[in-house]
Amino acid sequence: MSTAPSNPGDLPRPADEPREMTGAQMVWEAMLHEGVKVVFGHPGGAILPTYDALAPHEAAGRIHHVLVRHEQCAAHMADGYARATGQVGVCMATSGPGATNLVTGLATAQMDSVPMVAITGQVPTNLLGTDAFQESDVVGVTQPVTKHNYLVTDVEELPYVLKEAFYIARTGRPGVVLIDICKDVQNATGIFRYDFSVDLPGYEPWPEYSPEALQAAADLINRAERPLILAGHGVQLAGVSDRLVELVEKAEIPVVTTLLGVGDIPETHPLCLGMGGMHGEAYANRAIQSCDVLIALGMRFDDRITGRLDRFARQAKIIHFELDKAEVGKNVVPDVAVVGDLAQTLPALLPLIQERRHPVWIQEINEWRQDTQQTDILNFEVDELIPPYVIRQLWHAVKERGQDPIIVTDVGQHQMWESQYFIHERPGQLLTSGGLGTMGYAVPAAMGAQMAYRDRLVWAICGDGGFQMTLQELATLQQEKLQVKIGIINNGFLGMVRQWQQLFYSKRYVGTPVLSPDFVKLAEAYGIPALQVTRPEEVVPALRQAHETDGPFLIDFQVKEEVNVYPMVAPGAAVDELIRRPRPAIVQGYSGVQPSW
Amino acid sequence: MKYTLVAWMRDKPGVLNRVSGMLRRRNFNIDSLQVSHSETPGISRMTFVVDGDERVADQVIKQMRKLVDVTRVENITDKPAVLRELALIRVRTTPETRAEILQFADIYRAQIVDVALDSLVVQVVGSEDKVDSAIQLLENFGIIEMVRTGRVALLRGSAGRRNGRRSTAVWRARANGNP
Repeated sequence: MSTAPSNPGDLPRPADEPREMTGAQMVWEAMLHEGVKVVFGHPGGAILPTYDALAPHEAAGRIHHVLVRHEQCAAHMADGYARATGQVGVCMATSGPGATNLVTGLATAQMDSVPMVAITGQVPTNLLGTDAFQESDVVGVTQPVTKHNYLVTDVEELPYVLKEAFYIARTGRPGVVLIDICKDVQNATGIFRYDFSVDLPGYEPWPEYSPEALQAAADLINRAERPLILAGHGVQLAGVSDRLVELVEKAEIPVVTTLLGVGDIPETHPLCLGMGGMHGEAYANRAIQSCDVLIALGMRFDDRITGRLDRFARQAKIIHFELDKAEVGKNVVPDVAVVGDLAQTLPALLPLIQERRHPVWIQEINEWRQDTQQTDILNFEVDELIPPYVIRQLWHAVKERGQDPIIVTDVGQHQMWESQYFIHERPGQLLTSGGLGTMGYAVPAAMGAQMAYRDRLVWAICGDGGFQMTLQELATLQQEKLQVKIGIINNGFLGMVRQWQQLFYSKRYVGTPVLSPDFVKLAEAYGIPALQVTRPEEVVPALRQAHETDGPFLIDFQVKEEVNVYPMVAPGAAVDELIRRPRPAIVQGYSGVQPSW
Repeated sequence: MKYTLVAWMRDKPGVLNRVSGMLRRRNFNIDSLQVSHSETPGISRMTFVVDGDERVADQVIKQMRKLVDVTRVENITDKPAVLRELALIRVRTTPETRAEILQFADIYRAQIVDVALDSLVVQVVGSEDKVDSAIQLLENFGIIEMVRTGRVALLRGSAGRRNGRRSTAVWRARANGNP
């Protein structure tokens, strides 16, 4: 039977002698070996044996289980935990509805390359395929949204599956692996072993880069007059932000980031142009369209960054540094591809790069930048509460406290304002659902991040629409005594959808006005102190109060309703055909549209 | 253009579903797909034909390689290979037509694998074109029932033995017009 590890503080621990135990016990043994400390989940009939086997580990403080109020949030919490720590996040659910509820969270994590293992219970093997109570084909359902998945029908296979699953989830381009375990397998007894190495002949997580390709890339960069780096999530996954800054400074190359690449390079760096793409700054997008060599680092040319593909960076030679071979040539065909781990390719590239200066190019960009800044809303006195102001004040307030925050955003207008007006200085400062764009992500993911770092300042920023998708987790937040701060950018609309309706559907606001409860009272019902903010001058004191309060805090920012995110590249347009921020002088007559920042 | 690809995969439950699911969700156009055992126990071999341009074929190969259970994928379109399909065709016969059908079968090196008073089952093996043309011809006599495999392929001679090398990572774009 299972014996307690000799030194529970010293995890992950080496594999010990193979020994007999139940399938349910194997699940936790494997997790101890993998160094898992927190599991987010919701129990149910088909996963009960596994929950029962957690008891001794939970009592001994080895593994903590967080009970969620909806399984989707178990996946989002594991996602937030994994993004914050870089370790594999683990979530758990029962069969049928429990497992299907996980799906959105799995898809969110998979799209953004988040390492995660999901464990679901399944009906006993003799009932498989009979439409048994709470049976669903979880492996079938989750196949398109996972890196790999397993249905375990034999307890002898389970240790191998568990080890493979964690290995696949965290290696190469990280992703989600789901293990569906039949209930009788959880109860059956077998030999548990972990003293083997994973054998996956077709799995090549870390392809070797080609030195010829690297040289070809270096030659292009060294000859470039107007080079530009487009940096993505891969830079953070590989942990090479410092190397990126070295490269940028050595050859004076400006950097545009993707949404998930925000923080790859400090946004205070003079060569950082911030985010590009659909809501990127005009100068960042113009730089993309005007560069002669585009160096894409760990990014996948999502349509939100490229806009219209056939007019994307047409004059540029494109170099694609990427770990996942399948991303090379998928959307954009590069001139040179360096397939490999950025942690290897970037350090190897540095000595091949000559020290260069590009004064003309940099000056040109800076002129565009000045032009943009002149029209920025924050440079004008506005008497109303507008979202960009709230976000910028949040940054000031965090900065003032000298804290290294984790900001978790939901999806929509506030997400874009956050990326534009919060000044990210470190990788990992912003966690957001970029690929799938999952509303309701922020609160649970922030809780997952806070579970990993209980003392850090974690802000969940959401809209009034997204917040109401997962607000039931406020109870989980209190049960776990987490100190997440929540800011709701409340404009009474599903703001981003409303913006599209305003711009592309003649202002017919179908299905976008949102009625919300009194969020302050709601928070109070959960025992969370809260404030409502309606005027610009109330923002700073409210933020201060949130920061000075121990434990969670919620602020309902009742912002001006019809404010738009600019600049904006219309869907299907090229990234330089953007709708600029309306200039204050012409705001009234702007396209016949109401004043809208 | 049609590309002939060969993939080897771990013989796990659901592996065919993984492959076909990936091909469907990524919107690839597959003409035929044939799975069977390979010479290695535990490894299945799949031959499939993709309709598309070079970029599509490149993507199919890369996306296939990304599947954990797929151990190897190879594009044999431009390599010397034996490509075969098999068809079993039940043709209506009368005393007057039987001899003629047998003659045609002979020309196609087809075999008669079943005989009844009013029908014959013809087995044709060959390239897609050959099978097509045999079917077209037999249609004149009335095809009662037919079954046909997808393409299977094996490289010729020594080419089939050493193919472990992966393509180099320098991937110059032909799509931009730069060879």
